[in-house]
Amino acid sequence: MTSSNTTPLSVAIVGAGPSGFYAAEALLKAGATVALIDRLPAPFGLVRYGVAPDHPKLKQTTLTFAKIAAHPSFHFFGGVDVGSDISVSELQASFNAVIFAHGASTDRRLGIPGEDLPGSHAATEFVGWYNGHPAYRDHVFDLSADSAVVIGNGNVALDVARILVKPVDALRHTDIARHALEQLAESRVRHIAIVGRRGPEHAKFSYKELAELTSIEHCGVECDPADLDPARIPDESAWTPEARRNVTLLRDIAPGMTTASGPGHEASHSCRFHFFRSPRAIYGAARVERIEFANTTPASTFNLTYPGDADRLTSIACGLVFRAVGYRGIPLEGLPFDSERGIVPTLDGRVASAFQDDTARLYATGWIKRGASGIIGTNRADSVAVADTLLRDLAGMTGRDGLTLTRQLLEEKAHRAVSFPDWERIDLAEIEAGGPSGKPREKFTRVEDMMAIVNSVNSVTAPSSITADI
Amino acid sequence: MTVVVTDNCNACRFTECVTVCPVSCFHGDDSMLYVDPDTCVDCGACVPVCPVQAIYFEHDLPADKAHWLEVNRTRSGSLPVVDERGTPLPGADVQRVALGF
Repeated sequence: MTSSNTTPLSVAIVGAGPSGFYAAEALLKAGATVALIDRLPAPFGLVRYGVAPDHPKLKQTTLTFAKIAAHPSFHFFGGVDVGSDISVSELQASFNAVIFAHGASTDRRLGIPGEDLPGSHAATEFVGWYNGHPAYRDHVFDLSADSAVVIGNGNVALDVARILVKPVDALRHTDIARHALEQLAESRVRHIAIVGRRGPEHAKFSYKELAELTSIEHCGVECDPADLDPARIPDESAWTPEARRNVTLLRDIAPGMTTASGPGHEASHSCRFHFFRSPRAIYGAARVERIEFANTTPASTFNLTYPGDADRLTSIACGLVFRAVGYRGIPLEGLPFDSERGIVPTLDGRVASAFQDDTARLYATGWIKRGASGIIGTNRADSVAVADTLLRDLAGMTGRDGLTLTRQLLEEKAHRAVSFPDWERIDLAEIEAGGPSGKPREKFTRVEDMMAIVNSVNSVTAPSSITADI
Repeated sequence: MTVVVTDNCNACRFTECVTVCPVSCFHGDDSMLYVDPDTCVDCGACVPVCPVQAIYFEHDLPADKAHWLEVNRTRSGSLPVVDERGTPLPGADVQRVALGF
Protein backbone atom coordinates (compact mmCIF):
# COMPACT_ATOMS: atom_id res chain seq x y z
CA MET A 1 0.00 0.00 0.00
CA THR A 2 1.76 3.17 -1.12
CA SER A 3 0.62 6.74 -1.36
CA SER A 4 -1.73 8.17 -3.92
CA ASN A 5 0.98 10.21 -5.67
CA THR A 6 4.36 9.05 -6.90
CA THR A 7 6.25 9.86 -3.68
CA PRO A 8 6.21 6.78 -1.49
CA LEU A 9 5.20 7.00 2.14
CA SER A 10 8.17 7.75 4.33
CA VAL A 11 8.44 6.46 7.87
CA ALA A 12 11.04 7.26 10.51
CA ILE A 13 11.86 4.48 12.95
CA VAL A 14 13.61 5.45 16.17
CA GLY A 15 15.90 2.68 17.38
CA ALA A 16 17.88 0.25 15.22
CA GLY A 17 17.44 -2.85 17.34
CA PRO A 18 15.46 -5.93 16.32
CA SER A 19 12.02 -4.33 16.63
CA GLY A 20 13.13 -1.37 14.51
CA PHE A 21 14.60 -3.59 11.81
CA TYR A 22 11.55 -5.86 11.64
CA ALA A 23 9.27 -2.84 11.34
CA ALA A 24 11.52 -1.54 8.56
CA GLU A 25 11.32 -4.88 6.77
CA ALA A 26 7.53 -4.90 6.80
CA LEU A 27 7.32 -1.29 5.60
CA LEU A 28 9.88 -1.80 2.83
CA LYS A 29 7.90 -4.80 1.56
CA ALA A 30 4.92 -2.45 1.21
CA GLY A 31 6.89 0.08 -0.82
CA ALA A 32 7.56 2.68 1.85
CA THR A 33 10.83 4.54 2.36
CA VAL A 34 12.36 4.01 5.77
CA ALA A 35 14.76 6.13 7.83
CA LEU A 36 16.07 4.00 10.72
CA ILE A 37 17.60 6.25 13.35
CA ASP A 38 19.85 5.24 16.24
CA ARG A 39 21.77 7.37 18.71
CA LEU A 40 24.82 5.15 18.33
CA PRO A 41 26.89 4.88 15.13
CA ALA A 42 26.53 1.10 15.50
CA PRO A 43 23.09 -0.39 14.80
CA PHE A 44 21.52 -3.60 16.15
CA GLY A 45 20.70 -2.54 19.70
CA LEU A 46 20.73 -5.35 22.24
CA VAL A 47 21.78 -7.94 19.67
CA ARG A 48 25.15 -6.16 19.71
CA TYR A 49 25.05 -4.89 23.28
CA GLY A 50 22.87 -7.37 25.16
CA VAL A 51 23.37 -10.87 23.76
CA ALA A 52 26.30 -12.39 25.63
CA PRO A 53 29.66 -12.65 23.83
CA ASP A 54 29.68 -16.44 24.29
CA HIS A 55 26.42 -16.69 22.33
CA PRO A 56 27.81 -15.84 18.89
CA LYS A 57 25.16 -17.79 17.01
CA LEU A 58 22.41 -15.56 18.30
CA LYS A 59 24.39 -12.53 17.15
CA GLN A 60 24.10 -13.87 13.61
CA THR A 61 20.69 -12.25 13.50
CA THR A 62 22.64 -9.17 12.41
CA LEU A 63 23.04 -10.88 9.03
CA THR A 64 19.27 -10.72 8.66
CA PHE A 65 19.32 -7.05 9.61
CA ALA A 66 22.06 -6.36 7.06
CA LYS A 67 19.87 -7.92 4.34
CA ILE A 68 17.04 -5.59 5.33
CA ALA A 69 19.48 -2.68 5.27
CA ALA A 70 20.51 -3.55 1.71
CA HIS A 71 17.08 -2.53 0.39
CA PRO A 72 17.45 0.63 -1.72
CA SER A 73 14.66 2.42 0.17
CA PHE A 74 16.31 1.75 3.54
CA HIS A 75 18.40 4.53 5.05
CA PHE A 76 20.29 4.32 8.34
CA PHE A 77 20.94 7.47 10.38
CA GLY A 78 23.39 6.42 13.08
CA GLY A 79 24.80 8.71 15.73
CA VAL A 80 21.59 10.74 15.77
CA ASP A 81 19.97 11.13 19.18
CA VAL A 82 16.24 11.69 18.93
CA GLY A 83 15.74 14.22 21.67
CA SER A 84 18.99 16.14 21.49
CA ASP A 85 20.07 15.98 17.81
CA ILE A 86 16.60 15.94 16.31
CA SER A 87 13.30 16.30 18.07
CA VAL A 88 10.18 14.19 17.94
CA SER A 89 8.30 17.20 16.55
CA GLU A 90 10.90 17.67 13.81
CA LEU A 91 10.35 14.03 12.81
CA GLN A 92 6.59 14.56 12.92
CA ALA A 93 7.01 17.53 10.59
CA SER A 94 9.05 15.56 8.07
CA PHE A 95 7.64 12.03 7.80
CA ASN A 96 4.23 10.41 7.21
CA ALA A 97 4.66 8.40 10.39
CA VAL A 98 7.16 7.69 13.14
CA ILE A 99 7.59 4.33 14.87
CA PHE A 100 9.29 4.41 18.25
CA ALA A 101 11.37 1.29 18.76
CA HIS A 102 13.99 2.62 21.15
CA GLY A 103 13.66 -0.23 23.57
CA ALA A 104 14.48 -0.35 27.24
CA SER A 105 17.97 0.82 28.08
CA THR A 106 17.90 1.31 31.83
CA ASP A 107 17.33 -1.02 34.73
CA ARG A 108 14.43 -1.71 37.04
CA ARG A 109 15.58 -1.02 40.56
CA LEU A 110 14.93 -3.16 43.62
CA GLY A 111 13.82 -0.13 45.64
CA ILE A 112 15.57 -1.25 48.81
CA PRO A 113 17.96 0.48 51.22
CA GLY A 114 21.62 0.15 50.36
CA GLU A 115 20.93 -0.34 46.66
CA ASP A 116 23.46 2.34 45.74
CA LEU A 117 26.33 1.11 47.90
CA PRO A 118 29.58 0.53 46.02
CA GLY A 119 29.45 -3.05 44.81
CA SER A 120 25.73 -2.96 44.04
CA HIS A 121 25.13 -2.79 40.30
CA ALA A 122 22.50 -3.08 37.62
CA ALA A 123 22.93 -6.10 35.37
CA THR A 124 22.17 -3.74 32.47
CA GLU A 125 25.41 -1.87 33.22
CA PHE A 126 27.47 -5.04 33.60
CA VAL A 127 26.09 -6.46 30.35
CA GLY A 128 26.62 -3.18 28.49
CA TRP A 129 30.14 -3.03 29.93
CA TYR A 130 31.26 -6.48 28.84
CA ASN A 131 29.63 -5.94 25.46
CA GLY A 132 31.56 -2.72 24.87
CA HIS A 133 28.70 -0.22 24.99
CA PRO A 134 30.23 3.30 24.94
CA ALA A 135 28.05 4.46 27.85
CA TYR A 136 29.60 1.87 30.20
CA ARG A 137 33.11 1.88 28.78
CA ASP A 138 34.64 3.46 31.88
CA HIS A 139 32.71 1.55 34.50
CA VAL A 140 34.84 -0.30 36.98
CA PHE A 141 33.56 -3.39 38.73
CA ASP A 142 35.44 -4.39 41.85
CA LEU A 143 35.71 -8.12 41.28
CA SER A 144 37.94 -8.78 44.29
CA ALA A 145 35.12 -10.16 46.41
CA ASP A 146 34.73 -13.92 46.79
CA SER A 147 30.93 -13.93 46.57
CA ALA A 148 28.37 -12.23 44.38
CA VAL A 149 24.60 -12.28 44.52
CA VAL A 150 22.51 -11.97 41.37
CA ILE A 151 18.88 -10.98 41.99
CA GLY A 152 16.59 -12.21 39.23
CA ASN A 153 15.41 -15.31 37.45
CA GLY A 154 15.62 -14.40 33.78
CA ASN A 155 18.22 -15.12 31.13
CA VAL A 156 20.07 -11.91 31.98
CA ALA A 157 20.61 -13.19 35.54
CA LEU A 158 22.10 -16.40 34.14
CA ASP A 159 24.24 -14.45 31.65
CA VAL A 160 25.74 -12.41 34.48
CA ALA A 161 26.45 -15.52 36.54
CA ARG A 162 27.92 -17.36 33.59
CA ILE A 163 30.25 -14.56 32.54
CA LEU A 164 31.46 -14.31 36.15
CA VAL A 165 32.20 -18.03 36.58
CA LYS A 166 33.38 -18.97 33.11
CA PRO A 167 37.16 -19.37 32.82
CA VAL A 168 38.59 -16.27 31.15
CA ASP A 169 40.22 -18.46 28.51
CA ALA A 170 36.73 -19.46 27.37
CA LEU A 171 35.95 -15.79 26.74
CA ARG A 172 39.25 -14.79 25.21
CA HIS A 173 38.22 -15.54 21.62
CA THR A 174 34.75 -13.99 21.74
CA ASP A 175 33.81 -10.42 20.91
CA ILE A 176 33.82 -9.47 24.59
CA ALA A 177 35.20 -5.98 25.16
CA ARG A 178 38.93 -5.92 25.87
CA HIS A 179 38.57 -3.84 29.02
CA ALA A 180 36.12 -6.41 30.39
CA LEU A 181 38.37 -9.33 29.56
CA GLU A 182 41.21 -7.61 31.42
CA GLN A 183 39.12 -6.96 34.53
CA LEU A 184 37.58 -10.45 34.48
CA ALA A 185 41.06 -11.97 34.25
CA GLU A 186 41.76 -10.40 37.66
CA SER A 187 38.42 -11.47 39.12
CA ARG A 188 38.44 -13.29 42.48
CA VAL A 189 34.69 -13.92 42.35
CA ARG A 190 34.10 -17.63 42.96
CA HIS A 191 30.62 -18.12 44.41
CA ILE A 192 27.41 -16.82 42.92
CA ALA A 193 23.99 -16.93 44.50
CA ILE A 194 21.12 -16.55 42.03
CA VAL A 195 18.05 -15.48 43.93
CA GLY A 196 14.42 -15.41 42.86
CA ARG A 197 11.51 -13.87 44.66
CA ARG A 198 9.04 -16.57 43.63
CA GLY A 199 9.22 -20.32 43.20
CA PRO A 200 11.34 -22.18 40.61
CA GLU A 201 8.31 -22.82 38.42
CA HIS A 202 8.08 -19.07 37.79
CA ALA A 203 11.69 -18.65 36.72
CA LYS A 204 11.81 -16.99 33.32
CA PHE A 205 15.21 -18.26 32.27
CA SER A 206 15.18 -20.75 29.43
CA TYR A 207 16.02 -24.40 30.01
CA LYS A 208 18.77 -24.04 27.43
CA GLU A 209 20.54 -21.37 29.45
CA LEU A 210 20.06 -23.22 32.71
CA ALA A 211 21.55 -26.37 31.19
CA GLU A 212 24.41 -24.28 29.81
CA LEU A 213 25.26 -23.09 33.31
CA THR A 214 25.54 -26.68 34.52
CA SER A 215 27.97 -27.49 31.71
CA ILE A 216 30.76 -25.17 32.84
CA GLU A 217 33.85 -27.04 33.89
CA HIS A 218 34.92 -26.55 37.51
CA CYS A 219 31.68 -24.82 38.43
CA GLY A 220 29.33 -26.62 40.75
CA VAL A 221 25.66 -25.79 40.38
CA GLU A 222 23.21 -26.54 43.14
CA CYS A 223 19.94 -25.56 44.71
CA ASP A 224 18.55 -25.90 48.22
CA PRO A 225 16.25 -28.95 47.99
CA ALA A 226 13.84 -27.21 50.38
CA ASP A 227 13.15 -24.65 47.65
CA LEU A 228 12.11 -27.45 45.32
CA ASP A 229 9.87 -29.25 47.78
CA PRO A 230 6.62 -30.16 46.00
CA ALA A 231 4.75 -29.05 49.11
CA ARG A 232 5.88 -25.47 48.44
CA ILE A 233 5.16 -25.51 44.74
CA PRO A 234 1.71 -25.72 43.23
CA ASP A 235 0.30 -28.39 40.97
CA GLU A 236 2.69 -29.16 38.14
CA SER A 237 -0.03 -29.74 35.57
CA ALA A 238 -0.48 -25.96 35.28
CA TRP A 239 3.17 -25.35 34.38
CA THR A 240 4.59 -24.61 30.96
CA PRO A 241 6.74 -27.39 29.44
CA GLU A 242 9.75 -25.10 29.89
CA ALA A 243 9.02 -24.62 33.59
CA ARG A 244 8.71 -28.37 34.05
CA ARG A 245 12.09 -28.94 32.42
CA ASN A 246 13.71 -26.23 34.52
CA VAL A 247 12.41 -27.65 37.79
CA THR A 248 13.38 -31.19 36.77
CA LEU A 249 16.92 -30.04 36.09
CA LEU A 250 17.08 -28.10 39.34
CA ARG A 251 15.89 -31.20 41.21
CA ASP A 252 18.58 -33.27 39.49
CA ILE A 253 21.35 -30.97 40.65
CA ALA A 254 19.89 -30.10 44.05
CA PRO A 255 21.40 -32.91 46.14
CA GLY A 256 24.96 -31.69 45.92
CA MET A 257 27.64 -30.01 43.96
CA THR A 258 27.51 -31.31 40.44
CA THR A 259 30.19 -30.18 38.09
CA ALA A 260 30.56 -30.78 34.39
CA SER A 261 33.91 -32.27 35.25
CA GLY A 262 32.13 -35.03 37.11
CA PRO A 263 31.97 -36.19 40.72
CA GLY A 264 35.20 -36.14 42.61
CA HIS A 265 36.49 -33.14 40.71
CA GLU A 266 37.17 -30.04 42.71
CA ALA A 267 34.74 -27.25 41.95
CA SER A 268 36.62 -23.98 42.02
CA HIS A 269 33.43 -21.98 41.39
CA SER A 270 29.83 -22.41 42.39
CA CYS A 271 26.38 -21.18 41.44
CA ARG A 272 23.65 -21.74 43.98
CA PHE A 273 19.99 -21.11 43.27
CA HIS A 274 17.71 -19.73 45.96
CA PHE A 275 13.98 -19.22 45.55
CA PHE A 276 11.22 -17.67 47.62
CA ARG A 277 13.47 -14.82 48.77
CA SER A 278 12.60 -11.16 48.38
CA PRO A 279 15.50 -8.70 48.85
CA ARG A 280 14.91 -6.36 51.77
CA ALA A 281 18.13 -4.39 52.25
CA ILE A 282 21.79 -4.30 51.32
CA TYR A 283 24.18 -3.66 54.18
CA GLY A 284 27.78 -2.54 54.31
CA ALA A 285 30.03 0.12 55.79
CA ALA A 286 31.86 1.47 52.74
CA ARG A 287 30.67 -1.14 50.27
CA VAL A 288 28.37 -4.14 49.97
CA GLU A 289 28.93 -6.68 52.73
CA ARG A 290 25.68 -8.60 52.84
CA ILE A 291 22.18 -8.66 51.44
CA GLU A 292 19.14 -9.49 53.51
CA PHE A 293 16.07 -11.32 52.26
CA ALA A 294 12.59 -11.95 53.56
CA ASN A 295 11.42 -15.47 52.88
CA THR A 296 8.27 -15.58 50.80
CA THR A 297 5.70 -18.27 50.42
CA PRO A 298 3.43 -18.79 47.43
CA ALA A 299 0.53 -17.12 49.22
CA SER A 300 2.43 -14.04 50.33
CA THR A 301 4.84 -13.65 47.40
CA PHE A 302 3.46 -10.29 46.31
CA ASN A 303 2.95 -8.94 49.77
CA LEU A 304 6.04 -6.83 50.08
CA THR A 305 5.47 -5.49 53.57
CA TYR A 306 7.01 -7.66 56.23
CA PRO A 307 6.36 -6.35 59.74
CA GLY A 308 9.76 -7.22 61.22
CA ASP A 309 9.28 -10.96 61.44
CA ALA A 310 12.92 -11.63 62.26
CA ASP A 311 13.00 -15.39 61.93
CA ARG A 312 11.79 -15.14 58.35
CA LEU A 313 14.86 -13.18 57.29
CA THR A 314 18.00 -14.64 55.79
CA SER A 315 21.25 -13.03 54.75
CA ILE A 316 23.93 -13.78 52.23
CA ALA A 317 27.40 -12.35 52.80
CA CYS A 318 28.80 -10.97 49.58
CA GLY A 319 30.85 -8.20 48.02
CA LEU A 320 28.78 -7.75 44.88
CA VAL A 321 25.09 -7.52 44.12
CA PHE A 322 23.73 -7.46 40.58
CA ARG A 323 20.08 -6.65 40.15
CA ALA A 324 18.72 -8.39 37.05
CA VAL A 325 15.03 -7.78 37.53
CA GLY A 326 14.34 -6.28 34.16
CA TYR A 327 15.23 -3.57 31.73
CA ARG A 328 13.18 -0.39 31.73
CA GLY A 329 12.39 2.25 29.14
CA ILE A 330 13.41 5.90 29.41
CA PRO A 331 10.97 8.78 28.70
CA LEU A 332 11.37 10.74 25.47
CA GLU A 333 10.23 14.35 25.19
CA GLY A 334 7.21 14.63 22.95
CA LEU A 335 5.89 11.21 23.89
CA PRO A 336 3.68 10.05 26.71
CA PHE A 337 5.31 7.76 29.26
CA ASP A 338 3.98 5.26 31.75
CA SER A 339 6.56 5.51 34.51
CA GLU A 340 5.06 2.59 36.38
CA ARG A 341 5.83 0.20 33.53
CA GLY A 342 8.59 2.15 31.82
CA ILE A 343 6.81 2.15 28.46
CA VAL A 344 5.13 4.44 25.95
CA PRO A 345 1.42 3.75 26.33
CA THR A 346 -0.20 2.57 23.11
CA LEU A 347 -3.39 1.07 21.80
CA ASP A 348 -2.86 -1.45 18.98
CA GLY A 349 0.57 0.09 18.52
CA ARG A 350 -0.74 3.65 18.13
CA VAL A 351 0.62 6.21 20.59
CA ALA A 352 -2.07 7.93 22.68
CA SER A 353 -4.06 10.28 20.46
CA ALA A 354 -3.39 13.43 22.47
CA PHE A 355 0.14 13.31 21.12
CA GLN A 356 -0.93 12.83 17.54
CA ASP A 357 -1.51 15.73 15.23
CA ASP A 358 -2.20 16.24 11.56
CA THR A 359 1.42 16.00 10.61
CA ALA A 360 2.56 12.45 11.31
CA ARG A 361 1.05 9.43 13.01
CA LEU A 362 3.01 8.01 15.92
CA TYR A 363 3.44 4.34 16.76
CA ALA A 364 5.57 2.20 19.04
CA THR A 365 6.87 -1.34 18.87
CA GLY A 366 9.23 -3.64 20.75
CA TRP A 367 10.21 -3.27 24.38
CA ILE A 368 9.30 0.41 24.64
CA LYS A 369 5.75 -0.68 23.83
CA ARG A 370 5.42 -4.08 25.53
CA GLY A 371 7.89 -3.75 28.36
CA ALA A 372 11.10 -5.72 28.53
CA SER A 373 9.98 -9.27 27.92
CA GLY A 374 10.39 -11.78 25.15
CA ILE A 375 13.36 -12.68 23.01
CA ILE A 376 14.65 -11.38 19.70
CA GLY A 377 12.04 -13.10 17.56
CA THR A 378 9.15 -11.96 19.75
CA ASN A 379 9.70 -8.49 18.34
CA ARG A 380 9.18 -9.64 14.79
CA ALA A 381 5.54 -10.55 15.30
CA ASP A 382 4.98 -7.30 17.20
CA SER A 383 6.65 -5.09 14.58
CA VAL A 384 4.88 -6.76 11.67
CA ALA A 385 1.54 -6.13 13.37
CA VAL A 386 2.34 -2.47 14.12
CA ALA A 387 3.58 -1.89 10.56
CA ASP A 388 0.36 -3.42 9.28
CA THR A 389 -1.72 -1.06 11.45
CA LEU A 390 0.35 1.88 10.24
CA LEU A 391 -0.07 0.97 6.58
CA ARG A 392 -3.83 0.63 6.96
CA ASP A 393 -4.01 3.97 8.83
CA LEU A 394 -1.99 5.74 6.13
CA ALA A 395 -3.62 4.14 3.08
CA GLY A 396 -4.13 6.74 0.37
CA MET A 397 -2.09 9.36 2.16
CA THR A 398 0.25 11.65 0.20
CA GLY A 399 3.87 10.61 0.52
CA ARG A 400 6.32 13.04 2.16
CA ASP A 401 10.01 13.28 1.47
CA GLY A 402 11.09 12.69 5.05
CA LEU A 403 14.61 11.75 4.01
CA THR A 404 15.44 15.06 2.33
CA LEU A 405 13.87 17.06 5.14
CA THR A 406 15.86 15.11 7.75
CA ARG A 407 19.12 15.45 5.84
CA GLN A 408 18.54 19.19 5.54
CA LEU A 409 17.84 19.45 9.27
CA LEU A 410 20.98 17.55 10.18
CA GLU A 411 23.07 19.60 7.73
CA GLU A 412 21.80 22.82 9.28
CA LYS A 413 22.97 21.50 12.63
CA ALA A 414 26.29 20.38 11.08
CA HIS A 415 25.58 16.90 12.38
CA ARG A 416 27.20 14.02 10.49
CA ALA A 417 24.86 11.04 10.48
CA VAL A 418 26.31 7.56 10.00
CA SER A 419 24.94 5.72 6.97
CA PHE A 420 24.76 1.94 6.71
CA PRO A 421 27.77 1.83 4.36
CA ASP A 422 29.59 3.97 6.98
CA TRP A 423 28.68 1.36 9.62
CA GLU A 424 29.98 -1.38 7.34
CA ARG A 425 33.37 0.34 7.35
CA ILE A 426 33.31 0.39 11.15
CA ASP A 427 32.25 -3.27 11.06
CA LEU A 428 35.17 -4.25 8.82
CA ALA A 429 37.61 -2.28 10.96
CA GLU A 430 36.38 -4.10 14.09
CA ILE A 431 36.72 -7.49 12.41
CA GLU A 432 40.25 -6.60 11.29
CA ALA A 433 41.14 -5.37 14.77
CA GLY A 434 40.00 -8.67 16.30
CA GLY A 435 42.20 -10.78 14.02
CA PRO A 436 45.51 -10.60 15.92
CA SER A 437 43.90 -11.77 19.18
CA GLY A 438 41.80 -14.48 17.54
CA LYS A 439 38.56 -12.63 18.23
CA PRO A 440 35.73 -12.32 15.72
CA ARG A 441 36.00 -8.56 16.26
CA GLU A 442 37.45 -6.02 18.63
CA LYS A 443 34.60 -3.59 19.25
CA PHE A 444 35.19 0.12 19.25
CA THR A 445 34.02 1.20 22.67
CA ARG A 446 34.13 4.93 22.12
CA VAL A 447 31.92 6.85 19.70
CA GLU A 448 34.91 9.03 18.74
CA ASP A 449 36.77 5.94 17.54
CA MET A 450 33.81 4.86 15.41
CA MET A 451 33.46 8.36 13.96
CA ALA A 452 37.18 8.46 13.20
CA ILE A 453 36.65 5.50 10.87
CA VAL A 454 33.58 7.13 9.34
CA ASN A 455 35.36 10.43 8.76
CA SER A 456 38.64 8.98 7.56
CA VAL A 457 39.51 9.57 3.96
CA ASN A 458 41.24 6.24 3.45
CA SER A 459 38.46 3.71 3.55
CA VAL A 460 38.87 0.01 4.14
CA THR A 461 37.66 -2.20 1.29
CA ALA A 462 34.43 -0.75 -0.01
CA PRO A 463 31.57 -2.91 1.24
CA SER A 464 29.81 -4.72 -1.57
CA SER A 465 26.39 -3.51 -0.44
CA ILE A 466 27.13 -0.07 -1.86
CA THR A 467 26.82 -1.58 -5.31
CA ALA A 468 24.17 -4.15 -4.52
CA ASP A 469 21.30 -4.08 -6.95
CA ILE A 470 18.11 -5.25 -5.40
CA MET B 1 22.57 -26.97 16.06
CA THR B 2 19.10 -26.12 14.82
CA VAL B 3 15.45 -26.71 15.49
CA VAL B 4 13.51 -29.33 13.55
CA VAL B 5 9.88 -29.29 12.39
CA THR B 6 8.32 -32.74 12.74
CA ASP B 7 5.19 -34.65 11.76
CA ASN B 8 2.55 -32.73 13.72
CA CYS B 9 3.00 -29.83 11.30
CA ASN B 10 1.85 -31.96 8.41
CA ALA B 11 -1.88 -31.39 7.75
CA CYS B 12 -1.87 -28.35 10.08
CA ARG B 13 0.65 -25.77 8.86
CA PHE B 14 -0.38 -23.19 11.43
CA THR B 15 2.59 -20.90 10.59
CA GLU B 16 2.69 -19.32 14.06
CA CYS B 17 6.38 -20.19 14.09
CA VAL B 18 7.30 -17.94 11.17
CA THR B 19 5.91 -14.87 12.92
CA VAL B 20 8.55 -15.09 15.63
CA CYS B 21 11.55 -16.29 13.66
CA PRO B 22 14.25 -13.60 13.81
CA VAL B 23 16.11 -14.94 10.78
CA SER B 24 13.31 -16.05 8.41
CA CYS B 25 14.64 -19.59 8.20
CA PHE B 26 11.33 -21.37 7.60
CA HIS B 27 10.62 -22.77 4.15
CA GLY B 28 7.36 -24.37 3.12
CA ASP B 29 5.43 -26.48 0.69
CA ASP B 30 1.68 -26.95 0.64
CA SER B 31 1.57 -29.36 3.54
CA MET B 32 4.12 -28.20 6.09
CA LEU B 33 7.12 -26.06 7.00
CA TYR B 34 10.81 -26.90 7.32
CA VAL B 35 13.72 -25.14 9.02
CA ASP B 36 16.94 -24.38 7.18
CA PRO B 37 19.46 -25.70 9.72
CA ASP B 38 22.25 -23.44 8.46
CA THR B 39 20.30 -20.24 9.03
CA CYS B 40 18.59 -21.19 12.30
CA VAL B 41 20.24 -19.51 15.29
CA ASP B 42 18.76 -21.78 17.99
CA CYS B 43 16.88 -18.96 19.65
CA GLY B 44 13.96 -21.30 20.29
CA ALA B 45 11.29 -18.65 19.80
CA CYS B 46 9.28 -20.96 17.55
CA VAL B 47 9.20 -23.97 19.87
CA PRO B 48 6.58 -22.78 22.36
CA VAL B 49 4.33 -21.00 19.84
CA CYS B 50 3.45 -24.03 17.70
CA PRO B 51 -0.12 -25.02 18.60
CA VAL B 52 0.75 -28.69 18.05
CA GLN B 53 4.29 -28.68 19.47
CA ALA B 54 5.75 -29.88 16.19
CA ILE B 55 9.14 -28.21 16.69
CA TYR B 56 12.05 -29.65 18.65
CA PHE B 57 15.57 -28.50 19.38
CA GLU B 58 17.86 -30.88 17.52
CA HIS B 59 19.28 -32.33 20.71
CA ASP B 60 15.76 -33.01 22.02
CA LEU B 61 14.54 -34.98 19.02
CA PRO B 62 12.97 -38.25 20.11
CA ALA B 63 14.51 -41.29 18.42
CA ASP B 64 11.42 -41.93 16.32
CA LYS B 65 11.62 -38.39 14.90
CA ALA B 66 15.35 -38.26 14.27
CA HIS B 67 14.86 -38.61 10.51
CA TRP B 68 13.13 -35.22 10.41
CA LEU B 69 16.50 -33.51 10.78
CA GLU B 70 17.53 -34.57 7.29
CA VAL B 71 14.04 -33.95 5.89
CA ASN B 72 14.21 -30.33 7.12
CA ARG B 73 17.63 -29.81 5.61
CA THR B 74 16.72 -31.31 2.24
CA ARG B 75 13.26 -29.81 1.85
CA SER B 76 14.24 -26.31 3.02
CA GLY B 77 16.97 -26.31 0.40
CA SER B 78 14.49 -26.42 -2.46
CA LEU B 79 11.47 -24.53 -1.14
CA PRO B 80 10.70 -20.82 -0.83
CA VAL B 81 10.98 -18.92 2.45
CA VAL B 82 7.76 -18.51 4.38
CA ASP B 83 8.01 -15.48 6.63
CA GLU B 84 4.46 -14.28 6.90
CA ARG B 85 1.58 -15.86 8.75
CA GLY B 86 -0.63 -17.87 6.41
CA THR B 87 -3.96 -19.67 6.62
CA PRO B 88 -3.69 -23.06 8.28
CA LEU B 89 -4.76 -26.05 6.22
CA PRO B 90 -8.46 -26.96 6.30
CA GLY B 91 -8.93 -29.40 9.14
CA ALA B 92 -5.94 -28.02 11.07
CA ASP B 93 -8.02 -27.36 14.17
CA VAL B 94 -9.58 -30.81 14.02
CA GLN B 95 -6.09 -32.25 13.71
CA ARG B 96 -4.89 -30.18 16.64
CA VAL B 97 -7.63 -31.53 18.88
CA ALA B 98 -7.00 -35.07 17.66
CA LEU B 99 -3.32 -34.68 18.60
CA GLY B 100 -4.36 -33.77 22.11
CA PHE B 101 -3.74 -30.01 22.11
